[in-house]
Amino acid sequence: MSQQAPLSSVNDFVVRFANVNGSGSASANELFARAVLRHGVPVSPRNIFPSNIQGLPTWYEVRVTEAGHLGARGGGTDLMVAMNPQTWDKDVAGIVAGGYLFYDSTKPMPSTKFRDDITVIGVPLTAITNSTYNDPRQRQLFKNIIYLGALSALLDMDPKLIEQLIGEQYKGKEKLLSSNVHALHLGRDWALQNLKCPIGLRIKKADKVGDRVFIEGNNAAALGAVYGGATVCAWYPITPSSSLAEAFSNHCKKLRHDPETGQAKYAIVQAEDELASIGMVVGASWNGARAFTTTSGPGVSLMTEFIGLSYFAEIPAVIMNVQRAGPSTGMPTRTQQCDLIACGYASHGDTKHVMLFPEDPAEAFEFAAAAFDLAERLQTTIFLMLDLDIGMNQRLCRPLKWDDAKQYDRGKVMTAEMLDEGREFGRYLDVDGDGIPFRTYPGTHPTEGSYFTRGTSRDRYARYSEEGAVYADNVQRLLRKFQTAQDMVPRPLQANASKPTKYGVIYFGSTAPAMDEAIGLLESRGCQLDRLRIRAFPFHSSVASFIAEHDFVYVVEQNRDAQLRQLIVNENGIDPVRLVPVLHYDGTPITARFIADAIGDHQDQIKVTPLRKAVS
Amino acid sequence: MTYIAKPKFQHPGIKKNALGYSHRDYEGKISTLCAGCGHDSITASIIEACFELSIEPHRVAKISGIGCSSKTPDYFLGNSHGFNTVHGRMPSVLTGANLANRELIYLGVSGDGDSASIGFGQFAHAIRRGVNMAYIVENNGVYGLTKGQFSATADRGSKSKKGVTNTDNPIDLVGIALQLGATYVARSFSGDKKQLVPIIAGAIQHKGAAFIDVISPCIAFNNHAGSTKSFDYVREHNDAVNRLDVLTGRDPIEIDQDPGTVQIVEQHDGSRLALRKIDADYDPHDRLGAMTFLQKHSAQGQIVTGLLYVDAEADDLHSHLNTVERPLNRLEAADLCPGQSVLDKINASLR
Ligand SMILES: Cc1ncc(C[n+]2csc(CCOP(=O)(O)OP(=O)(O)O)c2C)c(N)n1
Ligand code: SF4
Repeated sequence: MSQQAPLSSVNDFVVRFANVNGSGSASANELFARAVLRHGVPVSPRNIFPSNIQGLPTWYEVRVTEAGHLGARGGGTDLMVAMNPQTWDKDVAGIVAGGYLFYDSTKPMPSTKFRDDITVIGVPLTAITNSTYNDPRQRQLFKNIIYLGALSALLDMDPKLIEQLIGEQYKGKEKLLSSNVHALHLGRDWALQNLKCPIGLRIKKADKVGDRVFIEGNNAAALGAVYGGATVCAWYPITPSSSLAEAFSNHCKKLRHDPETGQAKYAIVQAEDELASIGMVVGASWNGARAFTTTSGPGVSLMTEFIGLSYFAEIPAVIMNVQRAGPSTGMPTRTQQCDLIACGYASHGDTKHVMLFPEDPAEAFEFAAAAFDLAERLQTTIFLMLDLDIGMNQRLCRPLKWDDAKQYDRGKVMTAEMLDEGREFGRYLDVDGDGIPFRTYPGTHPTEGSYFTRGTSRDRYARYSEEGAVYADNVQRLLRKFQTAQDMVPRPLQANASKPTKYGVIYFGSTAPAMDEAIGLLESRGCQLDRLRIRAFPFHSSVASFIAEHDFVYVVEQNRDAQLRQLIVNENGIDPVRLVPVLHYDGTPITARFIADAIGDHQDQIKVTPLRKAVS
Repeated sequence: MTYIAKPKFQHPGIKKNALGYSHRDYEGKISTLCAGCGHDSITASIIEACFELSIEPHRVAKISGIGCSSKTPDYFLGNSHGFNTVHGRMPSVLTGANLANRELIYLGVSGDGDSASIGFGQFAHAIRRGVNMAYIVENNGVYGLTKGQFSATADRGSKSKKGVTNTDNPIDLVGIALQLGATYVARSFSGDKKQLVPIIAGAIQHKGAAFIDVISPCIAFNNHAGSTKSFDYVREHNDAVNRLDVLTGRDPIEIDQDPGTVQIVEQHDGSRLALRKIDADYDPHDRLGAMTFLQKHSAQGQIVTGLLYVDAEADDLHSHLNTVERPLNRLEAADLCPGQSVLDKINASLR
């Protein structure tokens, strides 16, 4: 037997479910995560799935975390629910010493298939299921609920809370409700009668969830598009962004139909490709509707010609880019923050585009809505930069909030009345010195305000011209406009260390929860860091001052080439030596442990080596 | 000079339409295409059609791709908004624009390179979606703006003036449009104003995807075969106009043809087109019949012109999507934003 004592922990451990794709386990596993939440204990789940549909492995990892750490923990599994024979060896190997293995013991397994430093818990799931259900599909589905029931006993969970959730899920569908509750108790009772319950890992009621909501970033961004007034969505399926467009469609079906006529106050087109989807966005926005597309890296590649047009012809467009590991098809179902350069400078020639970096679903909601105001105000492309980790995983976040007094900012649009008043209209005239000209919508006025939109060079009155001075005047104004954007986009948020320090860290987007946790780990190691979370490109002036105020600054990001660092160096003319990259890019979400190790080791080194050497 | 404005003077006795507009109100800037280019004749027919329909010029959105043909929206309806998009992608931009405001008239202008090559997919999908538009391809069988390469509509076996023989099969956009469910399909010839004007007028009035393929000879390509290598690439690429100004202009080819006849039209390069104008008793309500008719005459080397198919009951993308009558671009926060109370419920469902 094992020398290792079985793990013992309340409200702080990692459960991983290994399943076969298509087995209907996803909803049971999510039910588990939500049941933990109902105990008042925060969770942070991760979907881990390969880029194919049926039959291959999927994992669902639930980090139970009373402390509320919402990043991935990393460092192995405490309780492995091994339901996939295909990945058995790997799954068993991934259990921490002292951890638990939960499996279907219907068929005997050779002892070589187990480890002796873990606790093995066998439940004859198939036998229980087969003796209760005849229908093969029912057998498959209820097996998942049966293991959930057994787990609830092993982890000392309150079955009432799970029943309540099932009740909400199957409201009005009595048969489904009672059969699910029955399956839950089948598993639960078997475990209580045959196993030592509870094990060392336990869920205990706490009060740490508060009024927070549990939602996927893609879903939140889709709601943001609804609230932000988007009426046209043109998209082409690509993982991990498809669920964003699909969520938008679902929300619109519920929220955007005229109650009297049943007609839709939106139009969604699944385009033939990304060229067409962004083309439709540009056409709709040119004509004064709020329009967006959803995509991921390869789609952005295809869209770049139109992004150049949007930039140069000054047409609003919103692109929600849910990043995945690249380049090319890369790892379609793995996460990265790797499109910063591709989006920030997309298309040929001199271009710069606004990017927004939400840290969680709540910000994804807010920034998605804000993207439409920004696109119309700035008359340019706005990228909402999500990634798979935030887009396709549910996260706890503050409740979504909307100010009912808010009016949409439609930007500088010259109306028929303004033209009748004799206002001068030059499509590319910088009337206010902010680089932003007025536009008119097509069809505005019989004789005034019409102009020809084109991607070729033109003068301030939209007349085709290849004069060097005219061209330069135009592109300089575009630069001015980009500077204007600096003060319109969400500002960076700064938080200072508990003690004064010479060091800082910059991070952004979905890295935030891991970073928040890493700060605690680093402090316990004696490392103090001031931190700055960047929320948009162009960078606000406070980014440069933050860097100037510190001896040097770590830049944490999830890509190989330190793309955020490149942008900071490039846009702010900063000495690269002052920015130390901390890079994580294997496709798994960055963890606090990784960040704390990388920064902690570097800090230890500085203590013995002069700074110049350490960072050069 | 890269831009030529037209003088505003109008003769007081000029003919006016029901809205009190004259032809001049439907004109645009002075064309910078080669004198005699078939595209200019199409421009004239568009102007005529809009004049006759008494359309308010500013209620038209004219959208094009890139090419000599795609420049033409600058030369008609000067008081309407135009959009010269990117090569081959006019259909998607037009689709988006149409979704945003269903009340305007959408005129899509494209070339055969633009629509049959780089933009073949977008052409097909806009048609199959039933976007309410008049989609006009100014078809010269070559890339005019990039100096005479074959386009995908060039006939197999046809020779360029460089002596190159085209070995690929041609794409017949009319046949494809019929197959994809366009609800108004016609082919015409740029020089046959009598036929083209009503065809354009009909397309504008049609609710649904109207497609017109207009054969439109390119005189520059014919005139300049073989000498093109000597031109500075960038200059030619960016501005065909300057280059083409040095060409000897040709009279635009004009014909006057009776229904039911075949007319041989000689082009500037000596090549001959056999145009068959459909009979007065041709039934344009039979999609299958139209396809067969087209194929049969194509096998005889004849290009059929006229209104080939129309579905008077057609509907469009907006009816498919069941969108509200009010243009989407006029909906306000009050129409679109469900407010905090709905969000409260959503929040509650997420706990
Ligand atoms: C992406 C892209 N590829 C190539 C071009 C170059 N280009 C400009 S016009 C054109 C062909 C135009 O041919 P067509 O549509 O038949 O019009 P025409 O000039 O004959 O009227 C090409 C290839 C471009 N503008 N963009
Ligand atoms: S090159 Fe051909 S298509 Fe272009 S303007 Fe001249 S004649 Fe017309």
